[in-house]
Amino acid sequence: MSAMSKLMALLLLFTGGCAAAQEITVAAAADMSAALPQLAAAYTKQTGLTVKLVFGSSGNLASQIRNGAPYDVFLSADEDYPRQLIADGLAVQNTLYRYAVGRLVLWVPADSSLDLSKQGMAALLDPSVKKIAIANPAHAPYGRAAEAALRHFEIYDRVSSRLVLGENVSQAAQFVESGNAQAGLIALSHALAPSLKDKGRYWTVPLDAYPTLNQAAVVLSKSKQQDAARKFLEFLRGPEATALLASYGFTLPAETH
Amino acid sequence: MNWEAFWLTVRLATIVSTLLVAIGIPIAYWLTYSRWRWKFLVEATVALPIVLPPTVLGFYVLVALGSRSPLGRWWESLTGHTLAFTFEGLVIGSLLYSLPFAVQPFAASFGAVDPKLLHASASLGHSPAQTFRRIVLPLSKAGLVTGFALSFAHTLGEFGVVLMVGGNIPGVTRTISIDIYDQVQMANYSSANWTALVLLIVSFVLLSVVYGLNRRPWTVGPWR
Repeated sequence: MSAMSKLMALLLLFTGGCAAAQEITVAAAADMSAALPQLAAAYTKQTGLTVKLVFGSSGNLASQIRNGAPYDVFLSADEDYPRQLIADGLAVQNTLYRYAVGRLVLWVPADSSLDLSKQGMAALLDPSVKKIAIANPAHAPYGRAAEAALRHFEIYDRVSSRLVLGENVSQAAQFVESGNAQAGLIALSHALAPSLKDKGRYWTVPLDAYPTLNQAAVVLSKSKQQDAARKFLEFLRGPEATALLASYGFTLPAETH
Repeated sequence: MNWEAFWLTVRLATIVSTLLVAIGIPIAYWLTYSRWRWKFLVEATVALPIVLPPTVLGFYVLVALGSRSPLGRWWESLTGHTLAFTFEGLVIGSLLYSLPFAVQPFAASFGAVDPKLLHASASLGHSPAQTFRRIVLPLSKAGLVTGFALSFAHTLGEFGVVLMVGGNIPGVTRTISIDIYDQVQMANYSSANWTALVLLIVSFVLLSVVYGLNRRPWTVGPWR
């Protein structure tokens, strides 16, 4: 056996090994970055199947999927990106499922002097707030929600020069958590996550201030593990997963389909 | 094509590479002529940004120079704002990021000057400073242009540091590489395509200037 064919055999062994283990890759919106690892661990414990996780802004992930990213499941922070993927034949229509409703919060570090419960969104007009972190509205649903909420409270024009855009809602949270921005419009799931919980205070932006973040999941057409992918989505609907999602502030969506 | 981002990036690269000529020449001079036994440690430090992931640099600018650190608080009391999300922050990040791309060509060209010329200059009564100005600098012209052009091009293509500390503010920190990234995320491939092409051409022209200046037409290959 030549060295080359030995190498090929070894490669086959590796790739074959992966497929047999039925490991699926889940691409998820950044607001899931705290909750999903726990969900995946619970899933592995229950089924013995492992899940690889990839996080990013929903727009970023959708664009990766369009360019052939080898993901099996897409958990978006909205419903538009999955629907566009379905329309383009890149995701499987009958797997579309709203797994949660995301909530937007106004978050400030613990040492901030702002009184969020009294001022609400108007706290952003305080002169001590020099930078306000939001996710990039160009490709992050939470960024669009933040922009819509600022417009709803009619302060967008007064604060727009102080906005800094995170690559996704996780980075927006990091900008304000690190003290580089004085306030941020971030995901409730991050505000409740262990890494941020004790470091700041938040005010939940009312649901009528921005279009509902109906977060939809979908199995991708190119996935070679359709069954395993569906099984994971099935798990997401189950009581264990919904309880875990609820502990991160996600509510269950109104059933529409 | 986002011209605002393009000119912002050109401004950033011009400021950074000009400052690097000012900062880099003394460092390169010291690196070339110092006989200090621990000099290699300084050389390693200067070369660090070549191998260091830009995210490490971005992380330090964000955290070590953020408002939670003494250095960051000092800067804030001086200027009224943190380094992150500002053009100055990008300049400082880029200075570190592109330092070796200026210093190394400078030091290499200083070191290539024939020592006999330095001795001759000294024996004619020139001080080391005069010798450097009249002999070393003029003979190192190609190295100086190379260092300037490389640090300019390197800053032009900076992405990781800017993504981490920039905050994507139009006209302030949205550089051309960030703009391409955003265009791709939004699936505006034709816009990304044009911008990428402009960057490709600019980078090619810059590198051609560098290699053109350093070409040695009289080089004899081993096959002759």
